[in-house]
Amino acid sequence: MSVLQQIIDRRLSGKNKSIGNRERFLRRYREQIGEAVKRAVSGRGIRDLEQGEDVILPRHDVSEPVFGHGDGGNREYVHPGNREYVKGDRIERPQSGGGGGGGSQAADSGEGEDDFVFRLTKEEFMRVFFEDLALPHLIRTQLAEVPEWKTHRAGFVTDGMPSNLHVVRSMRGALSRRIALGGEPRRELRELEEHLLKLRRNPRALEDELIIREIKETELKIEELKKNAKRIPFLDPIDLRYRNRVRVPVPSAKAVMFCLMDVSGSMDEARKDMSKRFFMLLYLFLTRHYDKIELVFIRHHTQATEVTEDEFFHTTETGGTVVSSALKLMHEIVRARYPSNEWNIYGAQASDGDNWHQDSGQCRKILDEQLLPLVRYYAYVQVADAEQNLWEEYAQLAEAHQNFAMRKVSDAADIYPVFRELFKKEGAPT
Amino acid sequence: MSTDVETPRARAQEPLPSPSDWTFELIEQYHGEIARVARGYKLDTYPNQLEIITAEQMMDAYASVGMPVIYRHWSYGKQFIATEKNYRRGHMGLAYEIVINSDPCIAYLMEENTMAMQALVIAHAAYGHNSFFKGNYLFKMWTDASSIIDYLVYARAYIAECEEKHGLAAVEDLLDSCHALMNHGVDRYRRPQKLSLAQEQTRREEREHYLQQQVNDLWRTLPRRAGSDAAEEVSRRFPAEPQENLLYFIEKNAPLLEPWQREVVRIVRKVAQYFYPQRQTQVMNEGWATFWHYTLLNTLYDEGLLADGFMIEWLQSHTNVVFQPPIGHRAYSGINPYALGFAMYTDLRRICEKPTDEDRRWFPDLAGSPWQSSLDYAMRNFKDESFIGQFLSPKLMRDFRFFAVADMEDEPELEVSAIHDDSGYRQLRESLSRQYDLNHREPNIQVWSVNLRGDRALTLRHTQHNDRPLNKEANEVLKHVARLWGFDVHLESVDSRGHVTRYKAASPG
Repeated sequence: MSVLQQIIDRRLSGKNKSIGNRERFLRRYREQIGEAVKRAVSGRGIRDLEQGEDVILPRHDVSEPVFGHGDGGNREYVHPGNREYVKGDRIERPQSGGGGGGGSQAADSGEGEDDFVFRLTKEEFMRVFFEDLALPHLIRTQLAEVPEWKTHRAGFVTDGMPSNLHVVRSMRGALSRRIALGGEPRRELRELEEHLLKLRRNPRALEDELIIREIKETELKIEELKKNAKRIPFLDPIDLRYRNRVRVPVPSAKAVMFCLMDVSGSMDEARKDMSKRFFMLLYLFLTRHYDKIELVFIRHHTQATEVTEDEFFHTTETGGTVVSSALKLMHEIVRARYPSNEWNIYGAQASDGDNWHQDSGQCRKILDEQLLPLVRYYAYVQVADAEQNLWEEYAQLAEAHQNFAMRKVSDAADIYPVFRELFKKEGAPT
Repeated sequence: MSTDVETPRARAQEPLPSPSDWTFELIEQYHGEIARVARGYKLDTYPNQLEIITAEQMMDAYASVGMPVIYRHWSYGKQFIATEKNYRRGHMGLAYEIVINSDPCIAYLMEENTMAMQALVIAHAAYGHNSFFKGNYLFKMWTDASSIIDYLVYARAYIAECEEKHGLAAVEDLLDSCHALMNHGVDRYRRPQKLSLAQEQTRREEREHYLQQQVNDLWRTLPRRAGSDAAEEVSRRFPAEPQENLLYFIEKNAPLLEPWQREVVRIVRKVAQYFYPQRQTQVMNEGWATFWHYTLLNTLYDEGLLADGFMIEWLQSHTNVVFQPPIGHRAYSGINPYALGFAMYTDLRRICEKPTDEDRRWFPDLAGSPWQSSLDYAMRNFKDESFIGQFLSPKLMRDFRFFAVADMEDEPELEVSAIHDDSGYRQLRESLSRQYDLNHREPNIQVWSVNLRGDRALTLRHTQHNDRPLNKEANEVLKHVARLWGFDVHLESVDSRGHVTRYKAASPG
């Protein structure tokens, strides 16, 4: 007995059933994925951080071994589509191992020997990136969502608070409804009135029984229609229109971020990579708060120059180090292009701390007197451990200024604490 | 013919509406007609449960071996990622349907399908596959449709519980090892007990306790009384006879497994057993479903219920499905089970209805018999191997232009050993039949012995089929066996001359 037990619409239930399996897959290959993210981070521009990434795993790594037949031995396979062979014909052995394989074997395994490539979503990518940086969870969520909201109008809706009632719209709606509903009876009314007039004008209107009766009937109908017309309400609940306001996430204003980096010979690739993560994290933070962010890259050895991002990270120069040159240049650029009443200025400086010793005092002075009053926040990381005179000078600043942070960084996980103050101040709910 | 379906009933006034978009009412209406015709053909099915799903859900189902629920494992995630990638890039279309051997029989209809495709799927899955699941002897013997979903729910919950208790990594390692042996975790000859959610749960703890005791007894290390039966002990062989079900043997006898681990092994083994018939009836099952969607829809057309455009649409997709590219063709990847199966059932019907002299010689019992009961018999009592061995006709071999190629290790060239001519039919048929024999496709590996008194090493024995050696993965799999067994594992691969190749995996501990 075959009956249709039921048709079930499953479309709305249980999407993403495989998400748990995907998580397990990512967990299993987290090392390779971490590597891929690391590579991607060093290859990407600061602005392009938030994207997915293709991860390539060698097929061998993801294979699940089972017992199976290998090459060799005696086999016989049946194939369709014989064109010219007769029994006893000899065929050259095909080069590829399978040897006339085909048959069930080829159909079973199906796929080639390519690597297993898959795409990390943006969220997964960021999760791995954050893991490396040892961001506290609160900060992760703060970074993952936009803190500021702006409401703006988005048309009209039929439902809302009285205070949002839009009177003109509602009245216009009511009018059109009245016209629409009343049009037909009104036309009828007009016709009847004309008809009545015609009847009354009829010279025999007072004698002819028929006409008198018709006049009576028409008058009744007119009465009825007028009564009906009155029943069309002047304002109906369905006419009401309310202003619609939606909350949209709007980063508040514009900001400029200065990236200052020492490119003297002592900054090797690893130190640069660390610096890059430092810059990236600040940038990421800023994107959550500001609509428009400009980046200014200043690199320096004994002289400072403004460069593109690519040049910033990918060229090495040699020679001594004069940090103040970069600070001076930053100050000039701020004055020329980024008036501090319009722009939120952030400074991020990375260096191995090596400086021409007479210059360090000057650095402190420039920061203290010229830059720090202008900037919202200035962060300094030293990507080397040695205590240098620049560090000592800066340490004095840190005590005096709220908006100055500094830190020695030897591992990616050390970067976050530099920003701790920043995140606390800007991100914590008041 | 005994049934009245053969004489078409009065032609319908007008065909069923066939807009390209389906609606629930239409699906019900079409299903009603298809069900009526199927009843006329005496198809015996489980009740149907049609479920409408999205493409994404279809990919989910793909990833979990076609089941609506299954325990979590990274390999299903991998499967999903691969499927999704191919689908998104347009490399592959999704199947139009997935059908689950359960009672009621669940058939998935994809939202994107047009009405014609939905009707095709209903006829194919809900009546073709469904009746096969209910009728075929292998399914009857090895699976229990009424309890599989329950069992999978239980399995998923149990494994999730294990993950919580023992950690994701431990469960994952264990499942990896079990999956490696999945194909060798089935009983081929013995009927397993029926599965039931309630029983499973109530009996589990009891069983765990008991099993652990059994195992402990086997490995008892207490000194025995001297001279009692030492001699007998030495010669005692364990297991007494080679065992083919590796997972079963491990579940019952592996010395170091915890009770929960044994239960996980058991779950994987049960799932493997559930899929065992499907692996052996691909040609029959797909062929049967294809034959019936073709027959049912054509019958409806003859009754005037289906519009011409509707027919063209599903026929186009039918044609794609049963296309068999010849060898050397770009798309050739072995014999298409849909093509072969469909051709065989169609040919069987032809033999019954319009036998030629050749058919009378080859199939004296079939020629001229009522086709419905003959097909029904063929569907019920065979698996791919025996079905082909029994029913592949010379005409079909000619139509497909089959030929057999022998690949002998000692010969420098391949040799065409048989083609579709009088002298080759029988050999060709035998050869093709063997090709579908699971024992031919998968290496024959059995538990050979356990060194009870020494290092507790487990020895497996591979009896080479036609001298075919194991593939390179054997060493990897052996490591998994060692992880389950807990001590060293040896594998002996024996060829026809008695020559032995040895593999070994040391215990992880």
